[in-house]
Amino acid sequence: MTAEAPAQPTRADIITRVARAQSRMRLMFLAKFAFVWIALTLGIGAAMWYAGRVDADFIIQFSPFIIQGAGVTILVCALSIFFATILAVLGAIARLSRNPYINGVASLYVSLVRGTPLLVQILFIFFALPQLGIVLPAIPAGIIALSFNYGAYMTEIFRAGIQAVPRGQREAAAALGMPENLIMRRIVLPQAVRIVIPAIGNDFVAMLKDSALISVIAVPELLWRAQRVGTRELQPIPALMIAALVYWVLTIAFSFFQERLERRMARSDR
Amino acid sequence: MSEPSGYPGTAPPTHLGEPIVRVGNLEKYFGENHVLRGVDLEVRQREAVMIIGRSGSGKTTLLRCINFLEEPTVGWVEVDGLRVDADPLHARSREHGELVRQLRMRAGMLFQDFNLFPHMTVLENCIEAPTRVRGLPRAEALDLADRYLEKVGLAEKRMQYPSRLSGGQKQRVAIARALCMEPQVLLFDEPTSALDPELIGEVLRVMEDLAHEGATMIVVTHEMHFAREAADRVVFIHEGQIAEQGPPEQVLDHPRDERCKQFLRRFLEAGPSGSPD
Repeated sequence: MTAEAPAQPTRADIITRVARAQSRMRLMFLAKFAFVWIALTLGIGAAMWYAGRVDADFIIQFSPFIIQGAGVTILVCALSIFFATILAVLGAIARLSRNPYINGVASLYVSLVRGTPLLVQILFIFFALPQLGIVLPAIPAGIIALSFNYGAYMTEIFRAGIQAVPRGQREAAAALGMPENLIMRRIVLPQAVRIVIPAIGNDFVAMLKDSALISVIAVPELLWRAQRVGTRELQPIPALMIAALVYWVLTIAFSFFQERLERRMARSDR
Repeated sequence: MSEPSGYPGTAPPTHLGEPIVRVGNLEKYFGENHVLRGVDLEVRQREAVMIIGRSGSGKTTLLRCINFLEEPTVGWVEVDGLRVDADPLHARSREHGELVRQLRMRAGMLFQDFNLFPHMTVLENCIEAPTRVRGLPRAEALDLADRYLEKVGLAEKRMQYPSRLSGGQKQRVAIARALCMEPQVLLFDEPTSALDPELIGEVLRVMEDLAHEGATMIVVTHEMHFAREAADRVVFIHEGQIAEQGPPEQVLDHPRDERCKQFLRRFLEAGPSGSPD
């Protein structure tokens, strides 16, 4: 109103000031977020360190032995998720089949595997199959158990993914004269895979940790190694802490890749 | 029940060829719902037939029965000499499926919501069926695709994914994709009803070109203006039967059937796209 009033900020001023304020807020959020993570991790770590009477020499001496198990864990999980995916695709197609025999077999598979504990399945494959004359070394037995187990869960995921592909896609392909198997392979499955990739990623993360169960059949993976040195050196808690930390790091690393993969797929699609 | 095909009292336009699509006594039930009540239709080469009627009259069902996306309950369809009888009890049998597949290769279909394959580029959409169903060599299929994409005016979009296209462009690609199978007849199921008004024109223009170039087409549409311009014959369907058919001037301007009159009157009130002048 009066002559002394400060000059009205220009439009450009306002825009830059808003942008600066927004980026400052974003940075503050990130800083606080990181603080929570670091503080809590250090706190929990320290508490466990004292509670577990962790001895730094032990960590230095035996960490490498335990960490080497990560290779086995990753190998077992990568192969298992691969086989599980194949099983799941076949299972899903079978579960959607109009053939009652095929559908029945797939449905029984899913029901049986989802209805019994993974630990029981692992033990069964390793200890019971030899009685039928099928003797498997520990690592293949573990891979088979994990593949079968996750294949059953993922069958349902893939089935949902296939059903999520719009009906018009099948109709358009059929109208072009494509036979059913071609429609499934070229039109439906590629789109279903895109839909289920996040779910497969989640399953892989879950499997990284479920694979600890195959330590019971002496697969030399992370947990098995941790338990072995932990028991031998009478330091079970520090050994478990090392293993837990490695699982956690693996999970974080994989989630990072998964996020990037999903972002890339989202870009090329739809 | 139904009127015979052909249009009594009118000399057939001379550019038309031999009958290429025949539909005989087609009936369709959805459960208890009697949607098609005996339809006979004969479409000649180079003829553009527009099917109009109220929603729920069975016009889309008729179109979908012609290439067996819906299995008719009774009746038969013949395209280019291949006759397929309705066989609802063995609709899933291998033999029937193969026959239907052969039929579909002769009849290209366009959908309301385009149904392009989102995981393939425009070009891949166009060559997928020609290479894998017709067995064309890839180079030949690519030539075809380029020719038809050129025709619908989208040659420069060949490497794009469908998500990057507007609705009108998607429908034009879908037309090119159908043409790449070199079908004997094109079936359009309300090809512009999912489009924004300003995009309808580009699709109708492509369809009109096709009609003028002598493509055989059966079009379910609400675009009365377009029907008047491009149709050789307009078919009015009411409650699953052909109630009136003939040249557009006759059916759209001087309908004899009371229900057709009523339908057109309502259409006039509802929107400008149907306004006769």
